[in-house]
Amino acid sequence: MTASRNALYGALLLLPAAVLLWVFTYQPILATLGNSLYSTPRGRRASVFVGLDHYQTMIADPVFWKALTNNAIYALTTIPLSMALALAMALFVNAKLRGQGLVRMAYFTPTVLPMVAVANIWMFFYAPDYGLVDQVLGLFGGGGNNLLGSKETALGALIVITIWKEAGFFMIFYLAALQQISPTLIEAAELEGASRRQIFRRVTLPLLMPTTLFISINAVIGAVRLVDHVIAMTKGGPDNATVLLLFYVYQVGFAFWDTGYAAALTAVLLVMLALIALFQFGYADKRVHYR
Amino acid sequence: MADIRVENLVKSWGGLRAVDDISFDTRAGEFVALLGPSGCGKSTTLRLIAGLDAVSAGRVVLAGRDVTALPASKRNLSMVFQSYALFPHLNVAENVTFGLSVRGVPKAGQAARLKHVADLLGLAALLDRRPSQLSGGQQQRVALGRALIAETPICLLDEPLSNLDAQLRSEMRNEIRSLQQRLGITMVFVTHDQTEAMSMADRVILMRQGRIEQNGAPADLYEKPASVTVAKFIGTPPMNILALDAREGGAVIAGSAGPAVGPAGGRPVVLGIRPEHVALGSGGLPATVETTEYFGADSIIACRAGSQRVLVRMPGKPSLDKGTAVHLSWPRAAAHIFDQETGLRRDAA
Repeated sequence: MTASRNALYGALLLLPAAVLLWVFTYQPILATLGNSLYSTPRGRRASVFVGLDHYQTMIADPVFWKALTNNAIYALTTIPLSMALALAMALFVNAKLRGQGLVRMAYFTPTVLPMVAVANIWMFFYAPDYGLVDQVLGLFGGGGNNLLGSKETALGALIVITIWKEAGFFMIFYLAALQQISPTLIEAAELEGASRRQIFRRVTLPLLMPTTLFISINAVIGAVRLVDHVIAMTKGGPDNATVLLLFYVYQVGFAFWDTGYAAALTAVLLVMLALIALFQFGYADKRVHYR
Repeated sequence: MADIRVENLVKSWGGLRAVDDISFDTRAGEFVALLGPSGCGKSTTLRLIAGLDAVSAGRVVLAGRDVTALPASKRNLSMVFQSYALFPHLNVAENVTFGLSVRGVPKAGQAARLKHVADLLGLAALLDRRPSQLSGGQQQRVALGRALIAETPICLLDEPLSNLDAQLRSEMRNEIRSLQQRLGITMVFVTHDQTEAMSMADRVILMRQGRIEQNGAPADLYEKPASVTVAKFIGTPPMNILALDAREGGAVIAGSAGPAVGPAGGRPVVLGIRPEHVALGSGGLPATVETTEYFGADSIIACRAGSQRVLVRMPGKPSLDKGTAVHLSWPRAAAHIFDQETGLRRDAA
């Protein structure tokens, strides 16, 4: 077989995947970037080129800024907390433990549930007066809260749900990584006189860093991607207290039918995610892999 | 300087006794090899001494102090693991000083001791590298360095040379031995390689199925094996163990017509004779050559005498074809008599 023949076969083998990627990923991205420079077509008015108009609107849009701030708060709390909780759970179920399989399954269950089902369960937990959370609070004399209905607590309530859902998923990765660490390394550290805390801080944690990076990338994506519960529970309210970026994109695009502006919002979202991913892969990756 | 005393040590996993009631002690500054086939309990014994596993029964006494209940970190000993157990995220210097650092030794003291150990083991040029950037031999040195920098009086080594190639292994053998002598450390060394045990150790403890078969100087194990097991484990090729047929005038090699080579009467015995002690000559036991293996300095000739196979070591490359008739003889003092049933040595009666 000649070299050119080989290249042809190679290209043909790649073709199906390439076509799918192009049609469903890259072409829509480029189309979105393009659309963000055009006005939204309405009725008989076809879309016209408006340049950076949408982006100027965005800068002046208080809801956009609210969504950005909310999303930042949402990400900066859910990511570290769910990862810390995942690590703690993984350490717990990695130890010798009665009913280990059952505990692992229990921790993983929230991951299996669809987000809308999760929202349904938590709607009940958060219900004023008769909901689980309010009843517990009532025992301490703090009942009568509408956690999802007040501006101060609504975002926090959603953050709790996200942590609850994500931690079990991340735990699986930490658990797998913990089981990869050679017990001899831990024994060697013990023999050298390291305390349990020192072993965790100086051996286990550094050896988990590649996993931590992987999980953090997933967590960032999750923090932007997971908006099902916003749609199911609060619809961004009250008073935009729970508007997240992707939810705002959805609202602008599919509730207000301002597709041009939604495209511009999407473009900003994409650029932000790309920058974060670049940092994670380009900078953190080099510091985290030891081989 | 510290001695090790092990008293009636038992380790069982479920019903299986990995270490079955063994006792031995070492002098301070002695180099002791725990030798045996895989699964004989030698590594488990070492882990019990180190405190990495809890004993099922018995005591471990280090330098006169009963440490049976103490964790590994409180036993004042160091260990080199078979896999070296280097921390992949730390460089060589950090690996070596890990123990000092977690024990809170000041940085200046760490640096001085690191320099000393690095010079001792030739690690000075490698201090900034990660373990993944080192060869097997270099990793071995780092593991040794981490054990030596603690300056503990006792150092345990678990098959430290098994991952090295033959050339490096013999270098490291000499190096470890000379370090041990220079620093006066009590070393216990686990190995399945009899050459390692015989050439390095002051004393060899040969284990089988969780028990000690023989505990003695290398020469004792070679010259006066306590049992058939020891006789068959030590020496390359191992000792010939020959079944005997009882005859009026003394036992003969099974299936042969004589001459008499064992005692007459008494409990049934087997004869042990080392290949290097058998000579080919005109008189003695008639045999036929079956195969010849040439090794350079010497050759191993397999002969059949009666129903038994006898290996003979001869210098050079003798030209003996298959089927050649020969006569085998050996000095009387080179013959070992073992009880057929128990396998234990019986000194010539």
